[in-house]
Amino acid sequence: MLALQILIDGFAISTLFALGALGFTLIFGVSGVLNLAHGGLLVIAAMIAWYVGTSLGYGADWGALAGLAACVAAALLTYLGVVRPIERSRAIPARERELFVLTATLLWGVMIEEALSYAFTNSPVTVKPLIGGTIDLFGVSTPINELLIAAIAWLAMGGLWLLVNRTRIGKRLLAASINPRGLTLLGFELGTIYLIVWLVYGALAGIAGVLLGSFLGSGSGYIPGLTGSAFTIVVLGGLGSVSGTLIAAYIVGYIETVTAYLISPSLRDVPALILLVVVLYVRPQGLLGRR
Amino acid sequence: MSKKGRLAVIAGGIALGVLPMAFAHAAKPIKIGITAELGTIPGKAIANGAILAADQINAKGGVNGRKIKLIIEDDHLSTTDAIRSFQRMVKQDHAVAVVGTFVSEVALALEPWAARLHEPYLITGAAANELSEYVHADYKQRQYIFHAYLPAAYLAQAVCDASKQTLVDQFHMKTAVVMSEDAAWTKPLDAGYDKCLPKVGLKVLDNIRFAPNTSDFTPIYQKIESLHPNVIIAGWAHVGVQPTVQWAEQKVPIALAGINAQAGSSVFWKATNGATEGVITGSTSAPGVAITPKTLPFTDAYQKKFGISPAYTGYSTYDAIYALADAIGRAKSTKPLAIVDALDKTNMIGTQGRLVFQGPKSKFTHALKYGPKYVTGVAFQWQKGVQKCIWPLNLANAKPVFPSFVKLPAKS
Repeated sequence: MLALQILIDGFAISTLFALGALGFTLIFGVSGVLNLAHGGLLVIAAMIAWYVGTSLGYGADWGALAGLAACVAAALLTYLGVVRPIERSRAIPARERELFVLTATLLWGVMIEEALSYAFTNSPVTVKPLIGGTIDLFGVSTPINELLIAAIAWLAMGGLWLLVNRTRIGKRLLAASINPRGLTLLGFELGTIYLIVWLVYGALAGIAGVLLGSFLGSGSGYIPGLTGSAFTIVVLGGLGSVSGTLIAAYIVGYIETVTAYLISPSLRDVPALILLVVVLYVRPQGLLGRR
Repeated sequence: MSKKGRLAVIAGGIALGVLPMAFAHAAKPIKIGITAELGTIPGKAIANGAILAADQINAKGGVNGRKIKLIIEDDHLSTTDAIRSFQRMVKQDHAVAVVGTFVSEVALALEPWAARLHEPYLITGAAANELSEYVHADYKQRQYIFHAYLPAAYLAQAVCDASKQTLVDQFHMKTAVVMSEDAAWTKPLDAGYDKCLPKVGLKVLDNIRFAPNTSDFTPIYQKIESLHPNVIIAGWAHVGVQPTVQWAEQKVPIALAGINAQAGSSVFWKATNGATEGVITGSTSAPGVAITPKTLPFTDAYQKKFGISPAYTGYSTYDAIYALADAIGRAKSTKPLAIVDALDKTNMIGTQGRLVFQGPKSKFTHALKYGPKYVTGVAFQWQKGVQKCIWPLNLANAKPVFPSFVKLPAKS
């Protein structure tokens, strides 16, 4: 019974982790940007979904859509307003650009946190679940929302797989991640490709943010933790590796759930961090990393 | 920056610094420092309660003909920021007293500074027992500190008193599990619960403490469900939304009572999408409940001015500013010891009840007196989006009603 409970609860958490970290790894894989404002984008999606869905009273569906739209807009703003000016700046030496982008996104994340705290206070809220109620799953009373979250997350991840492997745009994204210079030489505009990948990233983060907000709640105080856990998962799986991220998300999700159930909920973050240190020590490129 | 620009900035700085001083000299306001966590609901209510009280006092001519001027600073939930701001308010702004903070850890860090700088300091929301025990341990040195709220031991007593007359007497509940966040204020609270719950007829089956950054409460609820208690007695302030939402979403078949401080806010219904239906919490007051003749005029004025109803710290800070103004008025002085002596003699009706500070002999020196004649707080329950008072029985405007998923004990 307990094992089944851990299996179900761990699956939902892991799937959410995977979806949350996927965009983070995608943007790094394709454009080489480690977006440390990631948690901020997730929380923007959740807060706007809550504000439109609950506070203004338009209902869960419209709220989720508004959260998604807000997150896509915020992702574009992050790219056009923070990342691209640095990448194009002549004042910054090329070899220092990555560091500048890293610092800029970190500060941008702090600004998002302060702005959200100012606008909504830092008291957490929960996004209205798309479907309420519980069902009995082999004797475990499970909120329907939890299953719906897992289904939507897998649909989104399947959609991403199709986009990358079955469409022309996806192939360009893939090419950009492998050899950006080669792509430019073939006459493709790298700027457009980056814009597309940030759009895709915004949509992924938006879906993850809204779902996370309905499962674990959301608030400006959640931002550093969300960025941190995406970072842990991505480093564990291998920076830029999508399949590595998925595997790492399930490892972290289940380790955390098992710890919470069998040892203590207060210690749930600890074993995954120990694992991260060990992996960095014996396999610095992560589970499936290529650099 | 050009030389001219720099000169302009310096000149502007001098003008900004000097002009207010010139005006201040003419009016000679009484300055009171407010330290609060402005990004939080209870922190914002500290500032709002103080503003409302100061405006009202000033509108009636101030204290001994002098207006009150508030210096409100955000301590960002950080002890370092709070201490720096406290020192600034005392040394630069010459605040005659400092009021605020609902975080025990912050208040405990400020207390030595209040004692060292001989600055009257009224704590208006934090609840650790240690706050007033600290004053008791060295009264002469630390008499400047007043705990203008109830220590956790009294909060626990209030929960026990309320549980006896509602859960035990009306619903025949017999067993409880205590579930508190791990923080300074819940240690004495849990000790209080463990002592007084069995006395009122609720056997404590387990005492679960969890980290305030816990994100998923499913494992905790699973564990509690396996113990089959009638009620969960909470000790929550840093958390609130998430455990409440998961309690409702997972249909945990156990009543939820105790102290769920965030549920005291009127925005809690929206923050939880209504998951708070049926949740009982101890609080300072509930909408529409006239604890004293001052309560309803206060909540009305607060609602009118700020557009929301006050969190519990709004009441305590509003009362503290009035008590301070009353003390300065009687002392006809703003000297620290004169204010302390006058505050010691405080005996006035506030919004929470009759305000009297305990003497140096009491274990909780300079904390508010607890009891039916003084301050007890209320217990209320969220019913259909409204906070309904269920205790004290003479003030109650509703009977407790639980959601259908809560299994109530069979009436014997």
